[in-house]
Amino acid sequence: MRYSLLSLLANAVSGHKAWKPQWRDAAPQSAYDVVIVGGGGHGLATAYYLAKEHGITNVAVLEKGWIGGGNVGRNTTIIRSNYLLHGNIPLYELSMQLWEKLEQDLNYNAMISQRGVLNLFHSDGQRDAYARRGNAMRIHGVDAELLDREGVRKLYPFLNFDAARFPIQGGLLQRRGGTARHDAVAWGYARGASDRGVDIVQNCEVTGFTIADGRVTGVRTSRGEIRARKVAIAVAGSSSRVAAMASFRLPIESHVLQAFVSEGLKPIIPGVITFGAGHFYISQSDKGGLVFGGDIDGYNSYAQRGNLPCVEDVCEGGMALMPAIGRARVLRSWAGLVDMSMDGSPIIDRAPVDGLFVNAGWCYGGFKATPGSGFVFAHLIARDAPHPAATRFRLDRFRTGNIIDEKGQGAQPNLH
Amino acid sequence: MRIPCPFCGPRDAAEFSYLGDASVRRPDSSVPGDGLDAAMQVYVYIRDNPAGPLKEYWYHGAGCHSWLVVDRDTRTHEITGAAEAHSGAVS
Amino acid sequence: MTQAQRLAAGGLVDRSTPVSFSFDGKPFTGFAGDTLASALLANGVRLVGRSFKYHRPRGIFSAGPEEPNALVELRAGARREPNTKATCVELYDGLSAESQNRWPSLAFDLHAVNQFASPLLVAGFYYKTFMWPSAFWERLYEPAIRRAAGLGRLSGESDPDSYEKATAFCDLLVIGAGPAGLAAALVAGRAGVRVILAESDFVLGGRLNCETHEIDGAPGSAWARQAEDELATLPNVRIMRRTSVFGVYDGECGAIERVADHMPAPPEHAPRQRLWKIVARQTILATGAVERSIVFGGNDRPGVMLGSAMRTYVNRFAAAPGRRIAVFTTGDDGWRTARDLRTAGLSVECVVDTRHTIAPDVLSLTGDTAVYLGSHVVDAFGGHGLRSIDIRDAGGIRKRVAVDALAVSGGWNPDVALATHLGASPTWSDAKAAFLATEPPRSMALAGAAAGHWTLAEALHDGGTLGMDAATRYGHPQLAQPRFRTSDEATEVQACWHVGGARSKAFVDLQNDVTDRDIALAAREGFRSVEHLKRYTTLGMATDQGRTSNVGGLAIMAELTGRTIAETGTTRARPPHIPVAIGAFAGLHRDTHFKPTRLTSGHQWATGQGATFVDAGQWLRAQWFARPGETDWLQSVTREVRTVRSAVGVCDVSTLGKIALTGPDVGTFLDRIYINTFSTLDVGKVRYGVMLREDGFVMDDGTTARLAPDHWMMSTTTANAAKVMQHLEFCHQVLWPELDVQMVSVTEQWAQYAVAGPRSRALLQQLLGTVADLSNEAFPYLACREFRCGSLPVRLYRISFSGELAYEIAVPANYGDALAQALIDAGRDLGVAPYGTEALSVMRIEKGHVAGNEINGQTIASDLGLGRMMSTRKDYVGRVMAARPALVDSKRPSLVGLKPVDPAARLRAGAHFVARGVPASPETDDGYMTSTAFSPTLGHWIGLGLLADGPRRTGERLRAYDPVRAGDVDVEVVPPVFVDPKGERLRA
Repeated sequence: MRYSLLSLLANAVSGHKAWKPQWRDAAPQSAYDVVIVGGGGHGLATAYYLAKEHGITNVAVLEKGWIGGGNVGRNTTIIRSNYLLHGNIPLYELSMQLWEKLEQDLNYNAMISQRGVLNLFHSDGQRDAYARRGNAMRIHGVDAELLDREGVRKLYPFLNFDAARFPIQGGLLQRRGGTARHDAVAWGYARGASDRGVDIVQNCEVTGFTIADGRVTGVRTSRGEIRARKVAIAVAGSSSRVAAMASFRLPIESHVLQAFVSEGLKPIIPGVITFGAGHFYISQSDKGGLVFGGDIDGYNSYAQRGNLPCVEDVCEGGMALMPAIGRARVLRSWAGLVDMSMDGSPIIDRAPVDGLFVNAGWCYGGFKATPGSGFVFAHLIARDAPHPAATRFRLDRFRTGNIIDEKGQGAQPNLH
Repeated sequence: MRIPCPFCGPRDAAEFSYLGDASVRRPDSSVPGDGLDAAMQVYVYIRDNPAGPLKEYWYHGAGCHSWLVVDRDTRTHEITGAAEAHSGAVS
Repeated sequence: MTQAQRLAAGGLVDRSTPVSFSFDGKPFTGFAGDTLASALLANGVRLVGRSFKYHRPRGIFSAGPEEPNALVELRAGARREPNTKATCVELYDGLSAESQNRWPSLAFDLHAVNQFASPLLVAGFYYKTFMWPSAFWERLYEPAIRRAAGLGRLSGESDPDSYEKATAFCDLLVIGAGPAGLAAALVAGRAGVRVILAESDFVLGGRLNCETHEIDGAPGSAWARQAEDELATLPNVRIMRRTSVFGVYDGECGAIERVADHMPAPPEHAPRQRLWKIVARQTILATGAVERSIVFGGNDRPGVMLGSAMRTYVNRFAAAPGRRIAVFTTGDDGWRTARDLRTAGLSVECVVDTRHTIAPDVLSLTGDTAVYLGSHVVDAFGGHGLRSIDIRDAGGIRKRVAVDALAVSGGWNPDVALATHLGASPTWSDAKAAFLATEPPRSMALAGAAAGHWTLAEALHDGGTLGMDAATRYGHPQLAQPRFRTSDEATEVQACWHVGGARSKAFVDLQNDVTDRDIALAAREGFRSVEHLKRYTTLGMATDQGRTSNVGGLAIMAELTGRTIAETGTTRARPPHIPVAIGAFAGLHRDTHFKPTRLTSGHQWATGQGATFVDAGQWLRAQWFARPGETDWLQSVTREVRTVRSAVGVCDVSTLGKIALTGPDVGTFLDRIYINTFSTLDVGKVRYGVMLREDGFVMDDGTTARLAPDHWMMSTTTANAAKVMQHLEFCHQVLWPELDVQMVSVTEQWAQYAVAGPRSRALLQQLLGTVADLSNEAFPYLACREFRCGSLPVRLYRISFSGELAYEIAVPANYGDALAQALIDAGRDLGVAPYGTEALSVMRIEKGHVAGNEINGQTIASDLGLGRMMSTRKDYVGRVMAARPALVDSKRPSLVGLKPVDPAARLRAGAHFVARGVPASPETDDGYMTSTAFSPTLGHWIGLGLLADGPRRTGERLRAYDPVRAGDVDVEVVPPVFVDPKGERLRA
């Protein structure tokens, strides 16, 4: 059923009894053209674009729990394409352009809200680095503005301009950046894919791959063996574990990233603000909660929960930047497992096994990349060649030296 | 988390820096050989990333400056031991 | 104002201490010992809030942190605290509170019009609409939604209060000072165990203060006072009142102590709250249980209240929730409510029990009260206050009863969230009709109602037994476990979640306005997993964290989908268990105290010289020293550069990292660390070195001096001092422990100044006299020496960042200030002036030296013109990976100098290089400007940059493309050394 104000009105009259499941809760078939391991944002988007862009609909998305339960369901909802390096910008900008059309495309309101993403700088060196970045964005046709201190003050008069340890000097603003209702992204893609014939199979854990003569022939699951011509892995947080089932290793560590939401408050923060002198970024949801986060806890973890030092670090950043939030209360924290890659950038490539594809290593960037990642991954799977916006996310770049290191931190995942 | 530093006693993990998998072995790069590039690439970029027990490097920068090998379970964060990195704790 | 609903007698409030307060501007009086909620009830205030979505009128529903309705904005001005639960606010004199999320007033809220649109505003309605036209989302729909959403208002002003942090250690942490917690603390405390007893409330006793139980013949509340008195005498027991444990983390618990929230403002120098980290060897969770509601029509009307809360208000606060009250229960507990209400002299109209058979001793609790067994309350009616209820009896007949309050008792949820923070989800027990924490963390045990042991006798027994365990482990267990005499209560309960056939809206989650129909819609649309249910309907996501709604919601989902509750499962509890102020997590690290400020020992001196300071990491460094009459930083910097280039200047370089290395193998060690060779360095000499990360990229650069055969001093950049130290220690301790090397950071131990300029030798000779011979022959470029000046150890290095004849002189940090002054005094006749980091930077750009802008973690040695330093005769960290194909590509952007084609044009770092006459595109982007400066020596702006194939493009003209700022500037590629390329000055 198409969603619109009219259909909502019609259903309101009939007590909302006629709505159908938003996606089919399918049972697994014995064989598919493509099996996607992982029913998170990237897996569902990949399935959607395989069907929509490439006409490949004999596809199953296998999810060990409930769809959207990974990082698409536990992030800080920020979308942006304000990257520095040529390797990264095209993908995130493709993603941004898909975000901008997503709701009409999916007929699902994911509340994509372009209220601006502002990255603050606090020193001359940071200013120059942001100028470099802003110019790189403009070279790629991405919007970027460099604001001085007064420009920032006009947007956010309540920030701490006067009594700060590291006074705000200005900021890099991407007006097209903003937020999206994260869960709805997963549901919208699931509905779109399901409508096009994709089987979305929940509670189906992949336990292994069947490989013959160096070529993948299917997967073993908690619900039986499923044959497939091609298998695609999109299981950020667990990428290393799944890769190990196919006997290859990834330059990835699994880390825990916490995020926080306050009690609901009347609007105070219109856009997204990132502190430049600490680990803190914040926005306010349409429901009124301040949604904020910071750095990963910093040690390998599969526990999907974090610890106090990181909470304190994030809140210290918050109070340094905007002491007006001191009396707002943290209502809930949550934590996601992120694939921290060795250069801070993702891997979208063929795996060392024929017919097997891997989409991993998203670090902090996974949510905002969801549409773009699905789009280019579907392209890679369907055509066996990388999409032009994703030619550099190769697995062999660590051998060739073509690494994509935005922060210049080297092979130290917890510093990216 | 509290890490039982063999020199300082149990200390808050916030005093330590993390490096990760301690099972990696740096190849002897002073000896040229066909396999050196590949071995070095594995040393620099490929680390064990298990869901379960892991031996890992922590550095007590706000304490005794020791590099430690800590036994920790990545699913539960339970720490079962810590020793000096060069005491042969890694095996 | 009279307290019309205050009972004539009873309660634990202090009737001799009246307390004035106001709500929505109206003055009221309560008593010491009241909460804001109990005082409002005592004054007959029933309407206290509005719900989130439909703005339905709401009253006080509970007596604790589970409160979904009674949220207020407490205090005014910068201290305003939105979303404060009236049930948790200790009344103080002068308290002012306002209702929130209503306009224009609580009684007349225009947003209540949402109720008429409620057929449209079902769960997830927004996912299905507001999509056309797409541009309207940000412009129209979303702003309207945002304005309507949210609860209370922040003040928008900086929080004027302070917060502290503290850490506590103990053998046994007891969370909750109800009967179980008190018993545990008593038994363990008597045995000498180091106990912390943390209690959220401002009095100890928990339910003992709210019930009519007796222990050892005394009223429960009196027993609690007695226990408290005894605990207070034990030096090994610490009672933490007003302290809520909010999170269980690895190795520690987080707790928040409300130090001054029961006062109008914190006393001078006292924090508002204190964040505790409690490290305990063992924890007893004695947090009790929270009563559940039942879902029926109009179950949100002001006057509908949890039964246990009614007992609390009547027994503890002597406040009447109503005058004509009905009880709706699914278990024995509701009957005790009826009994206590009757005892207090209130009229109980009827008891409605969903069960058909009731034990006789339970039945007898309520005397002649009307009883409906096998019956349900179907609907509740009333606008701003409950007027009547409809009961459907066992025969299906509806009957209306006029009441002004309804006690609801749907069973109990053990408060186990803290037992699940570390991982294991609670599991459903049919026997207890509750989720139990069957796998608490290893060092935690549960006691009393938190463990599903409902009766007082069990709670005391649990506490005593666990206290005894702790005594055995950590104390002196010669004492016998005490026995507590108490009555037994009946606790049977039969789960009933949802009453069908309601005529009005039936709420599952009161605050977020989630109804039974929303849950049905979620089930219909496929949101059947509990996590999907929560996310789609917002069930349990309000400020009460679903304490009274979660279990009911998922039970309804289980019914709808034909699963058991155990199969349906529950969502994961996450910290904080109660909402905690962001300010408390930050503590004192805010405003200018966000991070430490590191000052060099010459800071005072620099201040006296008129320095403007700049942040360099946590350090403050003098950026320039403005002279009277100078109005612009560029003026001052230009003068400082000219002074150095023509006379002599003094610059504090103490912030650079200094690492002392000793031992016979330091030379070998440094050969492996640096790309160039150090083992051949003579004693008394200094060498510039570059070190790589293991991945082949440049990590840091700096000079290392050999002061003695076994004693070396390494300098690092200011930014990388700690990182390099960590790297060196890794290399030594982990990679090459066989090398005999010791190292220590001495950055803070030595003050160091650059003395630079053609007259620097004269200045130092003036200062040092005959102590040191500074002639070029005796002390040439790159010489170093350690000597004493009087009793003072001095280190002198002949090194130059500015390109002039220059030295760096170091003394123990205590003497930094004095040395700086002495240098200025000695150079007065030579025209000396202090210079700051800005002039330092100008001169290093003039000399083409790389710094942080170039060593940014993305560059390799050859990018920076340092490729020839990479030794081919030895191995070093990063050597192998630096030979990867992409790192030896000659087209990589490499260091060049830039000057503007128009000499008046200004250059800016961050501009990208694009060939002239072609559009900027990823294909034509040839690199970027890393550093720029106005060169007083050349009289125009100069720059350094990383340009593709750079060194071969000298003389080429390019566009410095800078759309985010002033626009484009045409530049010419030149060699990166602008001044004295042959290096004659520094060797003079």
